[in-house]
Amino acid sequence: MNAGRPTATKVHWWWIGGALALTMFVALGASLMGAVDIAPAEIFRSVWSRIPVIGGDNPPDARTDAIVWEIRLPRIVLGLLVGSMLSVAGAAYQGVFRNPLADPYLLGAGAGAGLGATIAIVYLPEIGWGMFDPLPLAAFVGAMVGVGLAYLLGYTVRSGRTSVTLILAGVAVAAFLTAVQTFIQQRESDTLREVYGWILGSLNTAGWSEVTLVAPYVAVCGGAIFVYRRLLDVLAVGDTEAAALGVKPQSLRLLIVVFATLGTAAVVAVSGLIGFVGIIIPHTVRLLTTSSYRAIVPLSFILGGGFLVFADIIARTAQAPAEIPIGVVTALIGAPFFAVVLRKSKGIVS
Amino acid sequence: MTAVTVENVGVEIDRTSILREVSMTVDAGSWIGIIGPNGAGKSTLLRAIAADLAYEGSIRVAGDERASLDARSKARVIAYVPQRPMYPAGMTVFDFVLLGRTPYMGTLASERAEDIASVWDALSALGIADFASRDVGSLSGGETQRVSLARVVAQGTAVLVLDEATASLDVAAQHEVLELIDSMRRTRSITVISAIHDLTAAAQFCDTAALMDAGRIVALGAVSEVFTEPILRAVFEPTLRVMQIDGMTVVVSLRSKGALDGK
Repeated sequence: MNAGRPTATKVHWWWIGGALALTMFVALGASLMGAVDIAPAEIFRSVWSRIPVIGGDNPPDARTDAIVWEIRLPRIVLGLLVGSMLSVAGAAYQGVFRNPLADPYLLGAGAGAGLGATIAIVYLPEIGWGMFDPLPLAAFVGAMVGVGLAYLLGYTVRSGRTSVTLILAGVAVAAFLTAVQTFIQQRESDTLREVYGWILGSLNTAGWSEVTLVAPYVAVCGGAIFVYRRLLDVLAVGDTEAAALGVKPQSLRLLIVVFATLGTAAVVAVSGLIGFVGIIIPHTVRLLTTSSYRAIVPLSFILGGGFLVFADIIARTAQAPAEIPIGVVTALIGAPFFAVVLRKSKGIVS
Repeated sequence: MTAVTVENVGVEIDRTSILREVSMTVDAGSWIGIIGPNGAGKSTLLRAIAADLAYEGSIRVAGDERASLDARSKARVIAYVPQRPMYPAGMTVFDFVLLGRTPYMGTLASERAEDIASVWDALSALGIADFASRDVGSLSGGETQRVSLARVVAQGTAVLVLDEATASLDVAAQHEVLELIDSMRRTRSITVISAIHDLTAAAQFCDTAALMDAGRIVALGAVSEVFTEPILRAVFEPTLRVMQIDGMTVVVSLRSKGALDGK
């Protein structure tokens, strides 16, 4: 008798399965594309030979092996990590601020990372750093400082302190940090190209060291947001009602913002400010499936990685051997795609 | 038995005193109407009792001080519907009502069979089982009120706090919703505390009434004691009339003679 009765929105297995299949297909495609033609079997052998115990012991020739293992695969894995984190952070920000325009850079993480990176590029090379590259650390610190400032400013507002106050504080902080960043960038115009290149984002620095650097952040922060996915749905009814339903909206918001920011800071530190992923992926998921964060969080995580790897294929092949900044590609293919999804949807955005 | 005790409660927002020395007791299973003009402090009192507002003095719900209860425990004893609830577009009626089960679910847990069952129970009690899968953003005023009530019924609390549950409804829909609240109250022995602007409706549905003005309770007692012309006129307007029609109290506001003479 219960069959056919409507029930709670479910995260269907075919949504997850479909998203996983799509992302794996894109990742596989990305491993096959590049300046050198490499057969799928050789890619498989390169990976298989590195799996302990059960793995094989006949890797492809050294050159092919190096291309697959040192160049293509780390770039794909980094793309998956960065795309997943930016998408899930975007979803988290949209949830806690009940704002469809929120993205991972909303509270000043982007502007702060930009300023940190600019300072590193412009001033720090003169000091001897040895093997250590100060840029990711500077970008990471910049992003955390940006969001920290926004929160401090937001909390000094005495009356009517809402999530909107915090967004406005973020806007003020971001504008200020961007102004400082632009000022430094214009004054030191010989590094202009490098700074600009970083801001538009790229995965071309990818190696296994970058992957191991960001993977723990993505795992912990993505995992934490996943844990809170149901409470993001509770926040949708507003702070007062959420409080009446047994949730502490202010502390929950802070907690989720901390995880989303930490993850965003870690990935922009190695990839630059790749835009648009955090907006279009969660919204595409929302428009195609449901507005419940129980589905949006895991699906954004899976599809965000696939989307960024796809964008990276275009970034590195469309004008090969030159690379298009990946931030340009995400907007160039993302915006029209999103426009189609938006038109075909029932128009539910918030 | 007393469900809620409010003693000497004061609330300050931005150094402005909104509530002063408010005291009242609410009997278990009864319906108290909080009446008074706009800005009298009705919503503030309700938020202090049921939501997250800080207060001085003491508010005890089923014996426990409200402020000392953690958020989840509080949400298991007292439910609240604000004046203008948010109905997020894209959320189904079922999911919205399921939010009422939040205080019973762990952070990591998902809904259990009993949560689903109590949502179904609430939906059918309010006669909205048919549109469980509709989008809450697409409902009419009367439907959204039922959905909000279903959520607090699913929350399964002994005390229900409603801030103007029927303010935006037409006369018929208003009566329908008030009757539903009354039947919930009787069949599930829920205590209802509701701010209510419509004095006639308050007179007919509530057992007791607290009349508020400028942050204080100026009259408190059975409806028959509070709904008298001298008491209501002192707070509202001097032309207000309290009448009996078919044994029921009706409050109407008449235009003053002076204004009519100008016609």
